[in-house]
Amino acid sequence: MTRIAVVDYGAGNLVSIDQGLRIAGATAVLARRPADLSRVDGVIVPGVGAAGPAMERLAARGLVEPIRAWIGADRPFLGICLGMQLLFDGSDEDGAATLGILPGRVERLADAPRLPHIGWNAVRRTRDHPLFAGIAPAALFYFVHSYAPRPSGPGARSVTLAETDHGATFVSAVARGAAAGLQFHPERSGPDGLRLLANFVAIAGGG
Amino acid sequence: MLAVRVIPCLDVARGRVVKGTRFVDLVDEGDPPELAERYAREGADEIVFLDIDAAPEGRGTLLDIVERTARRAFVPLTVGGGVRTVSEMRDVLRAGADKVSLNTAAVATPDLVRRCARRFGSQAVVVAIDARRLPDPDGEDGAVPPSWEVVVKGGREATPLDAVTWSERVVELGAGELLVTSIDRDGTQSGFDTELLRAIADRVPVPLVASGGASGPADFVAAVTAGGASAVLAASIFHRRQHSIAAVKAAMAAAGIPVRPVPEDAP
Repeated sequence: MTRIAVVDYGAGNLVSIDQGLRIAGATAVLARRPADLSRVDGVIVPGVGAAGPAMERLAARGLVEPIRAWIGADRPFLGICLGMQLLFDGSDEDGAATLGILPGRVERLADAPRLPHIGWNAVRRTRDHPLFAGIAPAALFYFVHSYAPRPSGPGARSVTLAETDHGATFVSAVARGAAAGLQFHPERSGPDGLRLLANFVAIAGGG
Repeated sequence: MLAVRVIPCLDVARGRVVKGTRFVDLVDEGDPPELAERYAREGADEIVFLDIDAAPEGRGTLLDIVERTARRAFVPLTVGGGVRTVSEMRDVLRAGADKVSLNTAAVATPDLVRRCARRFGSQAVVVAIDARRLPDPDGEDGAVPPSWEVVVKGGREATPLDAVTWSERVVELGAGELLVTSIDRDGTQSGFDTELLRAIADRVPVPLVASGGASGPADFVAAVTAGGASAVLAASIFHRRQHSIAAVKAAMAAAGIPVRPVPEDAP
C-alpha cells in the first residue's frame, strides 16, 4: 500500500487530508520528525497561516533539511496552500525566508475585490499534468488565502501549471519534476479534490 | 471568477442539529455529520456548525462531531460557539475545522481576535456579529439612517457596540471574514436585512456572510446584489426541504451571480 507522509507542524486541519488519502487507498503517516519521512512514497506539506511561524516550527522539528533533500532527490511532493508557498524564496506576508526550491516570491493578491480570497474559483490549467488527470480543464476548487507565489526567472513559465482570477490573475498550481504545489485545498474541494489526491497517490505509488 | 457561496448552517445543541425561532423553541432536525454530508452532496459550498449550547462539558462531543463531519463531507467547515481561547481554537481546527467563528468571546475579549489571527492566520478567523436594529429615534421610518446594536449570548444580551463600528474594529484586529446575522430576522423567514449587510460591506474589505431571515431563492439574490454579501447562509429552509441548494443556485445564476454548479447527480 502506498504510504504518504503528511507533515504535521502544529496548526491546522489534517483530518480531511488523512481521510482523502484513505479514500484513495493510501496510508497517511503523520510526520513530526525526520525519521517519519523514511519508508514513505510521497510527502505532503499542508498548512495555512503565515510563512515565518511555519518555517520556525518546521525548523524546530528538524524537518527543513529532510524536506529539501526529499525534493532535491526528485521524489513525489505536494505542497498545499502555505505548503506550496514555502517552496519559493520568500514571502512578503511577513518577510520570512522560505525553502528557496522554486525561484520567486509570495506576494499579496493584486487588485482583489475582497481579501482574503475565500471560496470556490476556477483553476485554469496552462499545461497538462498527471495530477489533474480526469479533472475538467477549468474545474472549481476551494481557496482560502491572501497571498500567492509569483514564479520568476527564466523558468517561471515552465513552473506554472494553472492560473486563477481574483482581481488580477495569479498562479494557483505549480510543478517542477516530481514536486507540485497547489494554492487551493484539494482536501476541501469535493469529488474533484479527492480525484486530485488520488492522482498524487497514484504518482507516488509509481502508477 | 470567485463563486458566491451557499452555506447551510447547522445549529448544534447536545450533539444534535436544532433550529428554533430567535434562538428559542428548539426543534430537533437530525444528526450533524449526516446532514452535513447530505448538503455537500447537494452542492453546499461550505458547512457552518454553531454550537449553540457551548457548555464546557459538551466540548468533547463537539470535537467528535467536527471530526466525523470532516471525514464525510469534503467541503470547508466553519465551527462557532464556545471558543474562548487560542488553545480551544487549535483543538477545533485539529479536529477538522477550517475556520473558527468567534462571537461572544470576541466582544468580551477583542484581543482574542488578534491572537487567533496571529497564530492561525486571518483566513481561519471568522467573527460572527449578531445585530439588532435600533428603533428610529424620531419614530419616523427613514428619517435618519438605520443603525444596529451588537447583541450576544444568542441574542439574549445587548451590548453598547454599534454593529458597523464593531465590524471595522474586528477586521482591524485580524478577522478574515464576518458572519452577519440579523437577530430581528433570524428564524422568521422574512428576508435578509440587506441594509445591515450593505452598511457593513461598504466599510470592510473582507468577505461577508449574510445570515438571518432567508425564506426563498429571491432573498439570497438580494443579499448579494443589494447587500453586497460574498456568501449566503440559511438553516430552516434547507433542513425542512422548503428549497433545495440547487434551486437557490439556479435563481442566483439567473440573476447573473457566479455560483459553483451543483453535482449532476444532486437530488
